[in-house]
Formats: sequence, structure tokens, C-alpha cells
Amino acid sequence: MNIRYFAWVRERVGIEEETIEVPGGVKTVADLISHLKTLDDNHAAAFEEEDAIRVALDQLHVETDTDLGDAREVAFFPPMTGG
Amino acid sequence: MQVRPLVRVQAEDFDAGAETRRLTSGRTDVGALVTFTGLCRDEAGTLEALELEHYPGMAEAELTRIAEEAVARWPLTGLSVIHRFGKIAPGENIVLVVAASAHRRAAFEAADFLMDFLKTRAPFWKKEHLVSGTGGTWVDTKAGDEKDAARWSPS
Repeated sequence: MNIRYFAWVRERVGIEEETIEVPGGVKTVADLISHLKTLDDNHAAAFEEEDAIRVALDQLHVETDTDLGDAREVAFFPPMTGG
Repeated sequence: MQVRPLVRVQAEDFDAGAETRRLTSGRTDVGALVTFTGLCRDEAGTLEALELEHYPGMAEAELTRIAEEAVARWPLTGLSVIHRFGKIAPGENIVLVVAASAHRRAAFEAADFLMDFLKTRAPFWKKEHLVSGTGGTWVDTKAGDEKDAARWSPS
């Protein structure tokens, strides 16, 4: 699965994009976040304030209890500040 | 029939005059045209520039979803949204919304709705670069923005 990071989430993780193998037990976005936090200190720091993270599955906004399903791309980012 | 909104996400500047002409030239059914331009302000001389990051692909898709909701909700004759990304200096344009309709209310409301949802839903993030040179700081969301967007939900 392709994972993309934006704004301060990207800066904390230290990379813009990565492809990971999703472990069997990971069903929802929240499960994926828990898994990513175990990868290294940077990921753990990026997801420390979990409430501040927004998620898109295949470029659609979703809540963290959403099933990953067949999604090809997940993006994590802070609340948006455009306009 | 509903109009198809024009949505563009680009680094280069836009010309609000040209965009309004695009929605009015050659037609006689437009009675109201509302143009909103968001500019970069210098925060009392402390801001050197804003850096606008975006999610390519999703930014266009989300702006299109918001714009399509607006044309479904109001009887518009035209709707355009342009959002810039990259480094933007004080005084420069950031975002443009042009809403055209037969009557003013639809044009005013559609433009207002679009900006409220764009702020909370479109994947753009601002980083401030200060004149004092201390690295960049990500702009925080304003509590009021969510409240503004909530105004449009049925109560």
C-alpha cells in the first residue's frame, strides 16, 4: 500500500511517500496508524497527536474507523489551511 | 442543466478580470457576478512569504466535489475556482472564486459556501516564512473555519 504524508506530518516522518506491506491484522485506518507508529521514532512522533491527523483513502476524506478495503493510497496530513 | 465548474490548481498567478470575462462574455442571462480573491497579507510587516503545499490530484478532486455541490445547490450560470500553490509573497493572489447567476443571492451564497468548504476540506497547507528568518511555521487552523462551514449544513 502506498502511503503519502503532507505538511508537518511529512516533516516529522521525514519522507513524502512510502510503500508498505500491510500486516494481516490491520483492517482500518486506525489499525494502520497503530502499525505505522511501531516502525520507528519518526513515525511515532508524527502520529503522536493522533487527533490532529486527517486521513484520505484514495484521495477521499475518511474517518479513522474506516476499513482500508481495496484502497491503493492512504494519505495522512494535518487539518487543512488553504484559501 | 447544471453548469460544469472550472477548477484549476496552479503555481502561476491568475487574472481575475479574465476569469470573470470567461463567465460573462457572449451571454446575456447573467445578472450577478461575485468574485472573491484571497491574497497573502504581510501580518504587519512580519511575513516574508507563504509556502502553499498541496496534495496533487486530491486538491483538484476535492475542489471539484465542493464546486459541484455548489452548482447543485444554487442556480448558477457559471462557477470558477483557482487555487495557487508554491511560494507566495505578500500582496500576491492565493485563491479566486467567481460565481455567476441570474440573481445576486445565489452568486453571493455560492461563493461564500465555496470558500468555507475550501478552507476546511481542500488539501492545502500554509507555512509562514517570517522576515525575522526563523524557519517556517505551519499555520494552525482557526476554530472559526469549522463553524463557518457548519453554517451550510441543514439544521
